[in-house]
Amino acid sequence: MQIGRRSFIKTGVLATTALLVPRFLRAFEGPAAGIVPPGNKVLVVLQLSGGNDGLNTLIPVRNDNYYRMRPTLGMKMDRTLLLNDETGLHPELSHFKALYDEGHLAILNEVGYPNPDRSHFRSMDIWQSASESSEVWQTGWLGRYLDEACQGCARPTQALEIDDTLSLALKGELEKAIALKDPKLLYNNSHKAYLQSLSEAHNKMAHAAHHEQPVDYLYKTMTGTLSSAQYIFEESKAVNSTVSYPKTELGKNMKTIASLILSDINTQVYYVSVGSFDTHTNQQAQQARLFKQINEALAAFTGDLKANNRFDDVLVFTFSEFGRRVAENASGGTDHGTANCMFFAGGGLKEKGLLNALPDLQGLKDGDLQYKVDFKQVYATVLKQWLGADDRRILGKQMDYLSFI
Amino acid sequence: MDSTKQRHNQHLLWRAGFGPAAADLDRLRHINPDKLYKQLEKQAKQKPVPFDAASDYIKTALLQAAPAMEGQLSPEDKKRYTTEQRRLINRQSNEDIRKLSLLWLDEMAKGEGQLREKLALFWHGHFACRVNNSLYQQMLLQDIREHAFGNFGDLLKAVSKSASMLTFLNNQQNRKKRPNENFAREVLELFTMGRGHYTETDIKESARAFTGWGFEKNGSFVFRPKIHDEDNKTFLGQSGAFTGDDILDIILKQRQTAVYITEKIYRYFVNDRPDAARIEWLAGRFYAGNYHIPGLMRDIFTSDWFYDEENIGAQIKSPVAYMTGIRRLLPITIQNEEVQVLLQRLLGQWLFNPPNVAGWPGGTAWIDSSSLMLRLRIPGLVKNEESINIKPKGDDDVQMGRKEMLETGTVARPRQKKPGGGYQILAQIDWQQLDQPLERVSQEALYPTLEQFILQTPPGSADAASLQKLVVQTDRPAYIHSLVIAFMSTPEYQLC
Repeated sequence: MQIGRRSFIKTGVLATTALLVPRFLRAFEGPAAGIVPPGNKVLVVLQLSGGNDGLNTLIPVRNDNYYRMRPTLGMKMDRTLLLNDETGLHPELSHFKALYDEGHLAILNEVGYPNPDRSHFRSMDIWQSASESSEVWQTGWLGRYLDEACQGCARPTQALEIDDTLSLALKGELEKAIALKDPKLLYNNSHKAYLQSLSEAHNKMAHAAHHEQPVDYLYKTMTGTLSSAQYIFEESKAVNSTVSYPKTELGKNMKTIASLILSDINTQVYYVSVGSFDTHTNQQAQQARLFKQINEALAAFTGDLKANNRFDDVLVFTFSEFGRRVAENASGGTDHGTANCMFFAGGGLKEKGLLNALPDLQGLKDGDLQYKVDFKQVYATVLKQWLGADDRRILGKQMDYLSFI
Repeated sequence: MDSTKQRHNQHLLWRAGFGPAAADLDRLRHINPDKLYKQLEKQAKQKPVPFDAASDYIKTALLQAAPAMEGQLSPEDKKRYTTEQRRLINRQSNEDIRKLSLLWLDEMAKGEGQLREKLALFWHGHFACRVNNSLYQQMLLQDIREHAFGNFGDLLKAVSKSASMLTFLNNQQNRKKRPNENFAREVLELFTMGRGHYTETDIKESARAFTGWGFEKNGSFVFRPKIHDEDNKTFLGQSGAFTGDDILDIILKQRQTAVYITEKIYRYFVNDRPDAARIEWLAGRFYAGNYHIPGLMRDIFTSDWFYDEENIGAQIKSPVAYMTGIRRLLPITIQNEEVQVLLQRLLGQWLFNPPNVAGWPGGTAWIDSSSLMLRLRIPGLVKNEESINIKPKGDDDVQMGRKEMLETGTVARPRQKKPGGGYQILAQIDWQQLDQPLERVSQEALYPTLEQFILQTPPGSADAASLQKLVVQTDRPAYIHSLVIAFMSTPEYQLC
């Protein structure tokens, strides 16, 4: 029997049964099924925390305004990795250039939202909750995706954040993703036997009257975490990656993600952050250092996925809570700005390369870029076209789709 | 022994304060809840002693400029200060605010004004404000603590005129002909009436009335007539050359304001699930009593329904109530007290850093897999020397591009870091204070006695056989201490 990955995930009963079938038996299902059924689309969100300077990420190398407003920070054309005769990539992003050349990278410019907020936490909140800047929403866009897609899921592992604590983006009204730094640490909980025992005893009591009580929510979360911890740990060690990853924190995190993508786990969304890109001073060194980490980690990650024929099923996108001001400041840095560029990497892109025009440095508003694409359009597109979800319900409105996937 | 009375008293102490203290054990079996509430009420009426955590450096620097959060600096302040100086001010202010939160936690854990501080914590979330300015933040906290158990109208006015709130909600930028509506919008939407009871026009008109409201560098309120819009405004059906004070008075005249506040208080102090009839009754009295907060709280805490089973043990403790509750039950000396800031962040309630203008959502939002697993480990961490190896998310508003302080040695902190990474809670528990009231309890009665004292869920909810896995039987003190920790390491302990 061949189970399509998506139906595998959506049918709780089947999923449970499939999970009970030992891996070695499932391997006999034949090469067509493979260890992982094809068509399981995976999304990896890479959050660049702190406000990455998009104008020194994707450099408009023919734009006089750019060099005029950035007399010291402006990146000279010959230092950049040229994508075409007016656009260069930051020199540390060599792997992004390689993906671009292969047709596995798309770049969207001037992504933002109306009435931008310059506070990190507020703007990050807006990006993570997908609210308008005039509204406050207490759930995240991926959390609401879980609410929609994961009702009655066998395990709360549809979305994972690779960190110690969970971001708003992954908190829904009913469902929340699991955050973990290291599958082994989550599994080796010192009180495991104790908590397991409490949880089994509670579930045996299973009073119908008890349902919807907060205590049941707590037990549900605890039981889900304990069983997921075991599930994630076992899946994570099932496939031994042969690719070597950089020893940075992001390198380790991307390795964890790859090992799970290559396993049988039902996870569709991974969320990971890197930073801080808050480069008020000494921007060049800081941004270069972070880009080097990202470049190396992504190179290993995409290499791993390609070697295992999963690259076509994976979409990585990057975002930051805002870009930075066009003009540099007096301290070798830039202050908080507005619209920014986003990268999309993966083997399944429908449109590649530069998806829209370079930022308009003449039509600035108070010295800032004006957004041309609402980030919620990106979310809508990813939810609908990649995850097959009801974007309208999740975002609370119908956004125009983009066509890159 | 009257176990129902004890349960009700504990319920009252958890909701009108931060839970029972070890020393309370005997008393709670005998006193009547009404009488206990009278004591809480009396103590709450004492004027709170202000905290002073703002360093001289900040106070001096502020007198010259008012650097609030990055992005909110006025252009002239930006010119006056170099990025490096702003960074220093920001860093020191952040340090002060951490200290302020520790002073406040101490007051919650040890102070007598339990009800006042619990209300102050409620208002701290209601009037959510995140400004990295230690002097303004401590002034706002003092306003809140002074009016927490006073009159809501006075509280609303004090908060609305605080430098922290005026800067946080951009009212300094709200000027005649160039109104900034942020302040007016949040006053209506979050502080008083709630959505759906006013129009966008009401926001625009009231924003004009708030023009000219500002503050001096030292944080005191100032009205600037030159930038105030003196023309007529129409607000909630009334017209006049309203000032900001007029607007707040009109808002207070709306019964909806009493309903909105009462519902929020009911959900915070009684049950997440609102009961429309009770809220209506309470709100009517609150409104008729001119927003007298002690009257509202008395109506709640002396009602019969407050002590209904459905309201006991039915609420998820906020991280601050959870941590403070442990400190009250187990008299603890924490050597590395800064670890409490780390825990606030990891558990999702970082005082003075609410997630957004709407404050902490509370309820089940406190609990996800990470926060729950950490809560279940904390009592063990307090007792043992085990370490936690987890890190909160970075905060760029506070860090301004610096590396997270937790992982660098460059900013010295009195925080213990173990060689293998991770942080310890260096705590000494004064077990004597708990052992003593238990002296006359028989060995067999220890389990039910402690269960009832520590958990607010019905007896038997946490599985007794499972608890044995954490219990040490070697001698009586070891048994008691390990059992206390086991009870605290349950999902049930998250509830009050």
